[in-house]
Amino acid sequence: MGKTVVLIEDERNIIEAIGFILSRDGWDVKTHSNGRDAVEAVRARRPDLVILDVMLPDRNGFDILKDIRADAELGDIPVLMLTARGQDKDREMAERAGASLYMTKPFSNAEVLAAVRNLVAS
Amino acid sequence: MAQTLMIGSRIRERRVMNGLKQSELARRAGISASYLNLIEHNRRRIGGSTLIRLAEILGVPPALLSEGAEATLIAALREAAARAEAYGHGGAEADRAEEFAARFPGWAALLAELGRQCVGLGDTVKALTDRLAHDPHLAASLHEVISTVTAIRSTASILADTQALEPEWQNRFHRNLDEDSRRLATGAEALVRYLEAAPDARNDIKSPQDELHAFLEDYGFHFSELEGIGGAGRIEALIAGSKRLETDAARSLTRDLLSRYVLDARRLPLEEMTEAISRHGLEPDAITDATGADTAMVFRRLAMLPESVAGPVGLVVCDGSGTLMLRKPALGFVMPRAAGACALWPLYQLLAQPGTPLRVRLRQGDARVLALTVSDIVVPARFDRPAVARPHMLLLPDPGREAAGPAREVGMTCRLCPLNDCDARREPSILGGSF
Repeated sequence: MGKTVVLIEDERNIIEAIGFILSRDGWDVKTHSNGRDAVEAVRARRPDLVILDVMLPDRNGFDILKDIRADAELGDIPVLMLTARGQDKDREMAERAGASLYMTKPFSNAEVLAAVRNLVAS
Repeated sequence: MAQTLMIGSRIRERRVMNGLKQSELARRAGISASYLNLIEHNRRRIGGSTLIRLAEILGVPPALLSEGAEATLIAALREAAARAEAYGHGGAEADRAEEFAARFPGWAALLAELGRQCVGLGDTVKALTDRLAHDPHLAASLHEVISTVTAIRSTASILADTQALEPEWQNRFHRNLDEDSRRLATGAEALVRYLEAAPDARNDIKSPQDELHAFLEDYGFHFSELEGIGGAGRIEALIAGSKRLETDAARSLTRDLLSRYVLDARRLPLEEMTEAISRHGLEPDAITDATGADTAMVFRRLAMLPESVAGPVGLVVCDGSGTLMLRKPALGFVMPRAAGACALWPLYQLLAQPGTPLRVRLRQGDARVLALTVSDIVVPARFDRPAVARPHMLLLPDPGREAAGPAREVGMTCRLCPLNDCDARREPSILGGSF
């Protein structure tokens, strides 16, 4: 089994598409679709990478990321943030919260795949 | 010194206003012309009996010459100069604000007022920008649309790029694409509706045109009170009774429109129009021939009759700049709030060829209409000025392909138009360009 990615995203069809391309690339993809217990989902899976949507039901991605970074055991996991919000201040918020990379929707499959590979390799 | 500066300038200003020569005023005040010249050029202090004598001769109270312009006016001018400086537009002689205020009190007051308005408008723009950025409905709608687009892009890319995709996955992704394309259509439509309806629905950020439009919508564009004898006398009551018309500018626009309505109704009474429609149908040329009224008037009457008489009829009127002055949407044909409508609308062809009426079938999204256009010449051209024309575009139910040729595909406004490869596009669409 390859390395593990936890994909936290609430759009079912985005989950299916990203899940498909990552699985084809050899990643073990675990999905989670709400913000409420997202940190617990990461803790349970201890993935090599987290892909985290900003706008989730119950809780926003910035707050989830802060909790991940504050956790001694999870803090070093690379986190790729996905968002429909492309404003500079959102990018700054993501950086402050500790995002490894910030990607604005709509993105291409190739961009996501390249980002995942680079983040885990580095 | 500043006070003295102002006194000299004011004496000069008053003298000129009274048509007195410097030498004459000096002689009557018992001082030399050269001394008065120094005073007027703010190079000598003045007070006491000389000031009183000069004020008497100039016919003003001494205080008017000696008292400075209001401190607030001076402060406002200096503030305006400082603001301009901060924005990189230095060069205003802030140290001579008092002199300016004294010599040109009207201009100074105007400049100070404009400065104040500028600050107020800046605050408003900031508040509106802030609200737009944080409008929860807009943010949610945009998020929905962009997320759906992301899913479509990703799924379509898998279908296009993956060799030998298993049938099970293929079916699933096709299903997802279908589902997402429907969601996208719904989301985009909701977004357009929201953007188009926002000013009226939210009861703020309204232009006088918005207020007029809300007023017309309240009445369904028909005013039974203004039909028949004595209609003109009821205009003010209609205006006064509407909560939609909050500004003087909107009330003025409405007054003009209703006055036009009364003239139209007098020339083409409801009974005559009803009879003409039953005899000729929605055929403006036939109604024009039967009534002798001009075509633009027939357009306005058709659009402002009760729907029970004429059915759904839309109308757009613009001025020579293309700004929409009257818009009555109908038959699913949507219109922007002011300028910036689709350049492919036949309405705008009249700006170049005001004497050429047009009859064109239009397709705008799911809406199909027959558009008839004619220019209303409000003021005829003369050798020293151009004509003032108001192009009218009447929207009638589409009679079908056979009756008027193929339909022209048009949009509402570029920002909200999904049409690709449009030669008339002037800016990218938030619906189409980035997808």
